[in-house]
Formats: sequence, C-alpha cells, structure tokens
Amino acid sequence: MSWILTILRSSIGKKYIMAVSGACLSFFLLSHLIGNSVSFLGKEAYNSYASHLHSIGFLTYILEPFLLFVFLVHILTGITLFIENLSARPNRYAVPGNERNWSASTMPYTGIIILTFLLVHLLNFHFITRTVSTAELVRTTLSNPFLASFYLFSLSGLTLHASHGFWSLFQSLGINHPKYNKFLQQGGLATAVIIGTIFILIPLLIVTTDSFLQ
Amino acid sequence: MTVIHLTLKIWRQTGPESKGSFKTYESGPLATAMSFLEMLDVLNERLILSGEEPVAFDHDCREGICGMCGAVINGKAHGPEKKTTLCQLHMRHFRDGDTLVIEPFRSRAFKLVKDLIVDRSAFDAIIAEGGYISVNTGGAPDANAIPVPAFTAEQALDAAECIGCGACVAACPNGSAMLFVGAKISHLSLLPQGQPERSKRALALVKKMDALGFGNCGNEQYCEKACPKGISISNIARLNREFMKAAFCSVEE
Ligand code: HEM
Ligand code: SF4
Ligand code: FES
Repeated sequence: MSWILTILRSSIGKKYIMAVSGACLSFFLLSHLIGNSVSFLGKEAYNSYASHLHSIGFLTYILEPFLLFVFLVHILTGITLFIENLSARPNRYAVPGNERNWSASTMPYTGIIILTFLLVHLLNFHFITRTVSTAELVRTTLSNPFLASFYLFSLSGLTLHASHGFWSLFQSLGINHPKYNKFLQQGGLATAVIIGTIFILIPLLIVTTDSFLQ
Repeated sequence: MTVIHLTLKIWRQTGPESKGSFKTYESGPLATAMSFLEMLDVLNERLILSGEEPVAFDHDCREGICGMCGAVINGKAHGPEKKTTLCQLHMRHFRDGDTLVIEPFRSRAFKLVKDLIVDRSAFDAIIAEGGYISVNTGGAPDANAIPVPAFTAEQALDAAECIGCGACVAACPNGSAMLFVGAKISHLSLLPQGQPERSKRALALVKKMDALGFGNCGNEQYCEKACPKGISISNIARLNREFMKAAFCSVEE
C-alpha cells in the first residue's frame, strides 16, 4: 500500500486531497446553509429545526467526528501546500504584474480567516451550556455589533474562498471540458455568492431589524 | 522612422551566489521596429564600448520558436503582449519615456546563472524522465498509417506548441511547472504513439517535477496568461486526469 502514500504525498496527490476534502466541506456548508435558512421562516420553525437536528444521533456520533476529520485534513494539507509554495519561489518580482487573481492568491489567508471564524463560531454556539432556545441564543449573540461585524467579515472571506474553491476542485480532479467549463466557472462563482449572501443576511438582519428571530 | 527613449532598470548579478541589484540605464534613441533583444543588443554595444560588463541574456532563434529567450518586464513574463516571446516583442508596444523594470525568471527550480540568464535544465531533466515515445529504428512508417481523429490531432498539436521557455514557472506565484508538464503529457498521451508509456510517463514526470523543487499548482491561472504559445490550463486538468488514471488504474507504481 506504499504506492498510495507516494501518490497522496505528490504535488498532484495533495491537490486531490484538497479537492475531495473541499468538496466534503462544501456539502457541509450547503446543508448548514439550508438548515439556517429555516430562520427566515420564523422563530418557531427555527427552534423546531434545531431540536430535531440535535435528536439525530447519527449526526452527533458519525457525521460530527467525520466533519472534524475532514476539516483537519483540509487545513493541514492546506498549510503544507502554503509552506511548500512559499519556498518554491523565494524571490518576488520588484513590480507586481497586474491582473491579480485575488480569490486564488488569497486561499491560505481566507482559509485562516475561516478557521478563526470556526473557532469563534463553535465557542458561540457549540461549547456553551444552553439555557435558552436556539433562536434566542442566535439573536442575543449576534446582537453584539462587534461580533456581528466579525461574522460579516469572516463570511465575506468564506465567500471569496469558495468562489475560487468551487471551480478549483473540479480542475484539480481533472474535470475540465469545453462543453461545461463556462458552467463550472460561472456556476461556482454564483454558488459562492449566493451561499455567502444568505449566510450574511442572518447577522445583518439581526443587527438591523427588531423582528428577525424575535 | 519613429524613435522612442526608455529608462531601463535591469537586474545585474555577476553569478549564482553573488548578490544582485537593479541598475538604471537610459536607452538612448530606439527605433520602434526594434525587438526587445535588439534593444538589449544596442545597450550592450554601448556598455562594451564604455568598458562595462554587458547584460547577459539568453536567446537563439529570435523568431519565437526555440524557447531560449525570456525575462520579466514590469512584472510580466515575456512582457506585456499576449502570446509573444521576448524576442518577438517590439519597441512599438512601448511609449516614449516609459520605464521598464527587467528581471530574470524567478523560481527555486531555475537557478540564476548571470544577470537575466537562468538555468532551465530542470525542464530537460523532466523530459529525460519520460517525455518521449519509444520507436523502432528503420524505415519511416507511412504518415497516415495510424488513424488519428482531426480534433485529437489538433489538441495534441496545440499542446506540442510548448517551447519550454519557462514563462509559466516564472509567472506562477508557486513556482509550479504544471503547465509545461501538462503540455508534454497532453502532447504525447493524446496520440496513439504515446500509449505504451502513458501511465509510466504520467507518474515519472510528476515525480521528477516534485523532486526538482517546483511548487504545487494552486489553479491560479497566471501561467496560461503568460504563456507565449497560448497553452491552456485544460492541459493541467488532463495531467490531473492522467496522473489519477496512472495512479489508480494502472499496474505502474
Ligand atoms: C467551510 C469551510 C471550507 C470550505 C467549504 C473550503 C473549501 C475549499 C475548496 C472547495 C477548495 C478547493 C480545492 C482545490 O483547489 O482543489 C479549497 C482550497 C483551499 N482551502 Fe479551503 N475550505 C474551507 C475551510 C478552509 C480552512 C479552515 C482553511 C485553512 C486554514 C482552508 C485552506 C485552504 C487552502 C490553503 C486552499 C488552497 C489549496 C491550494 O491552493 O492548492 N480552507 N477550500
Ligand atoms: S507552457 Fe508555455 S510558458 Fe510554459 S514552457 Fe511551454 S511555452 Fe513556455
Ligand atoms: S529567441 Fe527563440 S523564442 Fe525567443
């Protein structure tokens, strides 16, 4: 089985790891988005969604550890790529060429933003002793303008990360064809923007309106 | 004849281990019909006459087909024109009074030799590892004896346009050689003649590329924009596919 380690340690193998783990994280992101969109239906619906979610044992005992594993794989491989790539071009050019590809060039940095956000997010909503309903918890936590702006900033970072990532994962797996290249490129960008916008709406509505989740 | 004057900030470095720096020169009058390399020739003649060491740069064909020339002009490999090698870049694309910052291709895998010359023999080492097909000696086979669909032939020829200049590596923020290797893999594995060594080649080229100190591809697409031959990143996707097939579906290790 040493051949598989050789493959995964190679430059392209690491890209496969990033792509597959990135795809898993994207599925998580999508389901997390759909779940949280229930908040737009009102407080009762949101609370009932949350309590149903918590009662599914499969999620807590199988999917959560798996998600943690995927995050670790994605982050550790990402950091490895970042460090290796820093030393692959030790000297930068005196004049930066224009036409920068911002989303792609900032992947490690937006990744760090997401990681920081993830820790804060889990501290906010996961590692706490619950006394109130989920809707109330979300409402009171994100009413803090400092925290709300941190959410807005981080979710913009996530949008940027995904706007490159969604297309990039297909390219890394060799999925590229004139018949559907445009679709993958524009579809990836559109999906990232839609996901980002819906997520951003939640803290935004909480700080700007009195009625949301109230 | 239109004449322009340029300010040239050129990277001067006497050897691989010495410390380099920019030196500024006034170009003097330049005909707009001159190529970039002719402009450097004119400068060098003046430097030689004044007893200064001329600027070392690589070149050979001066007609855009050999891949020897190359430098980074104002942050762009081979300069600002699309699909143009440095030798085919003409002075008419610059304006009187422009300042050009001229640097060598930079990447860990391309060691600097002198001034604008870098050692790109890492590319040769990759080719030697499997960027070839094995054929029997003897009489040349009939040209059309093996059928190749026209579209496939076009794709292979597009990839075969790569001249190995190294601009893709120079333009890549990660110093990755994936566009070059993707072009070679595509060129050979699309054609029937490339089939026998197909899996072996994909594994060997990637292994060598990694060992030589090139970085990892981040799908950032700077390479495609810098390539003087318009090699597309669809060739990188094909390399990703070929490597996957070789890794998981062939007996090669
Ligand atoms: C919900 C969270 C996340 C999602 C949905 C996500 C998604 C993705 C996707 C789809 C890719 C593209 C893979 C490819 O290029 O083939 C990617 C790349 C990347 N991710 Fe993430 N990611 C997330 C979190 C993170 C975190 C927390 C970090 C780290 C510190 C990170 C660091 C990176 C890096 C550095 C790349 C670029 C790899 C390269 O350029 O080769 N990501 N991500
Ligand atoms: S792929 Fe393009 S830029 Fe890279 S070596 Fe070949 S011709 Fe030069
Ligand atoms: S000198 Fe041959 S390609 Fe420029």
